[in-house]
Amino acid sequence: MSTYLLQIFNGISVSSILMLAALGLAITFGLMKIINMAHGELIMIGAYVTYMIQNVFIQYMDKSVFDLYYIAALPCAFVVAALVGYLLEITIIKRLYGRPLDSLLATWGVSLILQQMARSIFGAPNVDVRSPVWLDGGLVLGDVQLPYKRLFIIGLVILSIAGVYIFLYRTAYGRRIRAVMQNRPMAQSIGINTRKVDSVTFSIGAGLAGIAGCALTLLGSIGPTLGTNYIVDTFMVVVLGGVGRIVGTVAGAGAIGVGNTTFEFFTNASLGKVLVFLMVIIFLQWKPQGFFTINSRALDE
Amino acid sequence: MLELDNVSSYYGESIILKNMSMKIEAGKVVCLLGRNGVGKTTFLKSIMGLVKTPGGSIKLEGEEIIKMPTYNRAIKGIGYVPQGRDIFPQLSVYENLLLGLERNRGRGTIDDSVYELFPVVKTMLGRKGGDLSGGQQQQLAIARALVSGPKLLLLDEPTEGIQPSIIQDIARVIRHLKEQRNMTMVIVEQYLEFVMEVADYFYLIDKGRIIMEGSTADTDPDAIQEKMAI
Repeated sequence: MSTYLLQIFNGISVSSILMLAALGLAITFGLMKIINMAHGELIMIGAYVTYMIQNVFIQYMDKSVFDLYYIAALPCAFVVAALVGYLLEITIIKRLYGRPLDSLLATWGVSLILQQMARSIFGAPNVDVRSPVWLDGGLVLGDVQLPYKRLFIIGLVILSIAGVYIFLYRTAYGRRIRAVMQNRPMAQSIGINTRKVDSVTFSIGAGLAGIAGCALTLLGSIGPTLGTNYIVDTFMVVVLGGVGRIVGTVAGAGAIGVGNTTFEFFTNASLGKVLVFLMVIIFLQWKPQGFFTINSRALDE
Repeated sequence: MLELDNVSSYYGESIILKNMSMKIEAGKVVCLLGRNGVGKTTFLKSIMGLVKTPGGSIKLEGEEIIKMPTYNRAIKGIGYVPQGRDIFPQLSVYENLLLGLERNRGRGTIDDSVYELFPVVKTMLGRKGGDLSGGQQQQLAIARALVSGPKLLLLDEPTEGIQPSIIQDIARVIRHLKEQRNMTMVIVEQYLEFVMEVADYFYLIDKGRIIMEGSTADTDPDAIQEKMAI
C-alpha cells in the first residue's frame, strides 16, 4: 500500500514540476503562439537569481534570517526573468509574430547566448543552493515520508495556477490579453494597445519560468543547461494538453508526470521515457489538438 | 466630422483605393455602395488604420489621424463593427461588452441604454460570444461599439447574412442613434433598400474610385441599381 502511495505522490510531484515549468510556456506558446526555445534559459535565470539571493543573505544578512532568503528569491526570480523576457520581446520576439520557424531558430540562438552568459558569469560547473531549514524533512504517513520540498513545490504550483487563472480570467488586463490573442486587429480597433499587451504577456510567461527555476533549486544543483533538460517535456505538456488552454497544461503535465513515474516503476527510467513519448505520439495522432480543444461557432467558420 | 483627402490604400503591393476624397458632416449617415471587391471594406479599414495608407490625409474633427495607430483612433472616438462581426468567440457576451469600454481606457460602466437598444444581448450575458447566432453576434458587435459612446460609428455590411427581422432591428437602432444621439455613421452596404431607408447620403464605389454620389432623398434607387449592375 505504502509503495503505491509513494508512487502516486511521486507522479504528482513530477507532474507539479512539469506544470510549473510549462505554465509560462502555456502563455508564450499556448496563447501567443511563439515557439520560445529560450524558455528553458528563463528557468535557468530564475534558478541563478535564487543562487545569488542566497549568497547575498550569506554575505550581508544575519544568520538568523538566512532561511528567509527563499521567500525573497521567489519574487526576485519572477521579476528578473520577466525583465529578461520583456527585453527579449521588445528586441527580437516582436519581429517574429506569425513566423513560427523563424521564432524557433532565433530563440534557440538566444538560448545559446544565455547559456554562455551563465557560464561566463557563474562558471561551467554546477552550483548548489542550500535549501531553507524549514523545508528539510518530510510529512510521515505510515511507512512513507513525503518530503516537504516536494510538498512545497506542489503548493507553489497550485498557487501559481490559481494566480494565472485569476489574472487571465478575473482581471481587466487578463481580458485584454485574451482579446488580443483571439483577434488582434479587432482588439486594436476597440482601443487596446496590442504591442503593450504582447510585451506584458510575454514578460509574465517569462516570469513564471523564473519561479519554476527558483523551485528547481530545491531539487538539485543548478547549471547553465538546467533549462535545456525541461524544454522538450514542457512543450510536450502544452501540446498534449491543448494549445491555448491553461486547464490543458494542468492535464498534460498530470498525464506525462504520472505516466513517467508509472512506466518507470514497471520498467526502467529510459524505457519509461520512451513509452511516455510513444503514448503521446499515439494520442496526438488520434487527437491532434490535445486533451482540450477550443470549440466555437465563430472559430469553426 | 470626418475628412479624407487623396487617400490611397494598399494590401501588400496592391493598390485598392485610389486618391479617395470625401467629407462627412457630423450627425449624417453615409453609405458606401458597390459590388464585392471594389474597396468598400478597405475604405473603412483605412479610416481605422488597419491597412497601409501611405498618402493623403484623414482628419477626425479637424485632427490628423492618418499616422495614428489603430488603438489611438479608437480612443479618439471611432467605433468599428467589421464585416463578419469579429466578436471575441471565447469571451462571454458580458466580457465582449466590457471590452467596448477600452476606448475609454477601461473606465466607466455599461450603460443601460445599450441593453435598451439590443434587449436580446442582456438575456445572454453569460454565454460565450462564439456560441451566438450570426444575428445575435451582429447585435453584440454593434452594442460593443456603442458601449463607449463613439463620435463616429463605422459599420461594415451590417445586414450580411442576417434574417429580415434583425435587419429591421438594426435599421431601427441606426435611426435612433442618428435622431437621438446625433451620431455620425459610415455604413458599407450592398443591400440598396436598407441604404435608402437609413442613409442621408451615398457614395457608389467601383475599382477603388467614387463613380456616383448623392443624397438618398433625391436619387432614384433604380439609377443606383443600374450603375451597380454595370
